[in-house]
Amino acid sequence: MVEVVLEARGLRCGYDGREVVAGVDVALRRGEFLGLIGPNGSGKTTLLRALAGRLVATAGEVLLDGAAMRSLRRRDVARALAVVPQLSSPPFEFTVGEIVAMGRTPHLGRLQPEGPDDRAAIDLAMALTNVGPLAERPVTELSGGEFQRVVIARALAQEAPVMLLDEPAAHLDIGHQVEIFDLLLRLNREEQRSILCVSHDLNLAARYCDRLIAMTDGRVCAEGSPAEVLTEERVSQLYGCAVRIEPGPGGRPNVSPLSAALDAAPAGDAR
Amino acid sequence: MRGNGPLWSGLAVVLVASVILSLSFGAVDVPPLKVGLALLSRLPGLAHLDPGLTDGQQTIVFDLRLPRLVLALLVGAALAVAGVVMQAFFQNPMAAPSIIGVSSGASFGATLAVVSGMGVGVAGLGGVPLAAFVGALLATALVYVLSRRGGRTPVGVLLLTGVAIGSLMSALAALVLVTGQDPARRDLDQVVYWMLGSVAGKTWTHVLVVLPYVGIAGGLTWLFGRDLNVLTLGDDTAWYLGLNVEHVRLILLALSSLLAAAAVAVSGVIGFIGLVVPHLMRIIAGPDHRTLLPASALAGGALLVLADVVARTLAAPTEIPVGIITSLLGAPFFLYLLHRRREYAM
Repeated sequence: MVEVVLEARGLRCGYDGREVVAGVDVALRRGEFLGLIGPNGSGKTTLLRALAGRLVATAGEVLLDGAAMRSLRRRDVARALAVVPQLSSPPFEFTVGEIVAMGRTPHLGRLQPEGPDDRAAIDLAMALTNVGPLAERPVTELSGGEFQRVVIARALAQEAPVMLLDEPAAHLDIGHQVEIFDLLLRLNREEQRSILCVSHDLNLAARYCDRLIAMTDGRVCAEGSPAEVLTEERVSQLYGCAVRIEPGPGGRPNVSPLSAALDAAPAGDAR
Repeated sequence: MRGNGPLWSGLAVVLVASVILSLSFGAVDVPPLKVGLALLSRLPGLAHLDPGLTDGQQTIVFDLRLPRLVLALLVGAALAVAGVVMQAFFQNPMAAPSIIGVSSGASFGATLAVVSGMGVGVAGLGGVPLAAFVGALLATALVYVLSRRGGRTPVGVLLLTGVAIGSLMSALAALVLVTGQDPARRDLDQVVYWMLGSVAGKTWTHVLVVLPYVGIAGGLTWLFGRDLNVLTLGDDTAWYLGLNVEHVRLILLALSSLLAAAAVAVSGVIGFIGLVVPHLMRIIAGPDHRTLLPASALAGGALLVLADVVARTLAAPTEIPVGIITSLLGAPFFLYLLHRRREYAM
């Protein structure tokens, strides 16, 4: 039987009365690497915030391990579910080690110092993300790729079985993108973390995710394996641009956008 | 973890030096060595060190300067701690206690008290500090209530509401002053002098009134060191790390406005301590609030004491309000810090 760790049922939510997520049913299964795709403004980030308990549902509900999100204490949620929000820069000069250690917050009392368990979780998180050598560096001096690894390390130190990530590879070059997704795959396969990842990069999502969910206008419009979801017709419709989809590395679909200006010429044009 | 031994010994040295200097210098100078020995001789078992101050010196050092010194320590510490909290709160190293309307609210309260001739005081304090205290707390509460949006108080809204309420309170204070029936303009003098900020002529009564606020609110704030660390990462991240952001924010806002209001009530508006000290200590002690809060409290206290020494010796026997000194020295120093640090180059 497939076990669901995080689920939205008939979820509606938004900001200031403006509904952004308009009735969504999604389920993240245990041990799954699930990708959430869709054009800008389709409600991906809002759905992720609602799944993390940050936004209150106006209708429907979010269930974490079968329990209603709104009935859970903040600390208990943070022990079960870690979030990597969209990349932002920190205002103060905490060191990398201090930032990763903050991942232990939901496990520690107000005056309780970090114990051996906490140190072990922090060290493991830093080793997995390869930020150990940066431990003493102020986070304000890091590159985007380095800081993103630090934020993922902080989420790992939470030791939460579920991880939600909002465009973890945005603004990174392809080398760092692959590095981040390889790391997520390792966490998924070796550390048994269930992962929900919002991505604008369809090819990365297709390559790494077990399953994709596509959203548009606050609703789920397709759900299934990358090959099932990423068809030329659906992607063109979703993003309003013609695409060619061919089998890429590993047999996963590879999406190439077609330019209205460059690719409109008739076949055989020898330019 | 950073090694904090040098930090605490350094702060202890600065603190002791500021205490001795403050007790020694003023309209009448008493040799610092004698002052130091006289202080030590009051400790149990050290009575033989008594340097034999004259009765006059004894009165000046222990009855006039000591309460003023202790009050300056408390006010400086309160302003610095409130500043640390505000900067974490707004995730911005440029924030200060005045940003949530504390100073302008206190000014309005003090102005009302002066103009209405409210002489009836509480605990021998007079009506001005009480009205200033109430004004500061009401202004902050107003800022908080007006900033709520569907159960939340977004930082940007809080900041701008603080600016608006601040202007409103200042305008109301000015309006009350200029329309007041006081041909001799004594009210104006009194209010302006109060706004300049001073710890002159303060007694043990003032100390006793402020001590519980600073002690209890300051101590409670320190308990929230870890929460403040997490809050600097932004509201969403703090929430995802298990913090009940709205609860913690309300508690911290209440504590910091209590601290700032108590300070402003007894000493008037003293600028730049709440901005410069947290900034400086963040460079020296690092951003971890469990260290930053107590370090800023000590440094803020010492700095205000030193500024007060300058205030009463620069143009002696005339006393300059210490708020002028802190701004006069604080503003250029702050500009220097800004130029030194590249990350604010935007």
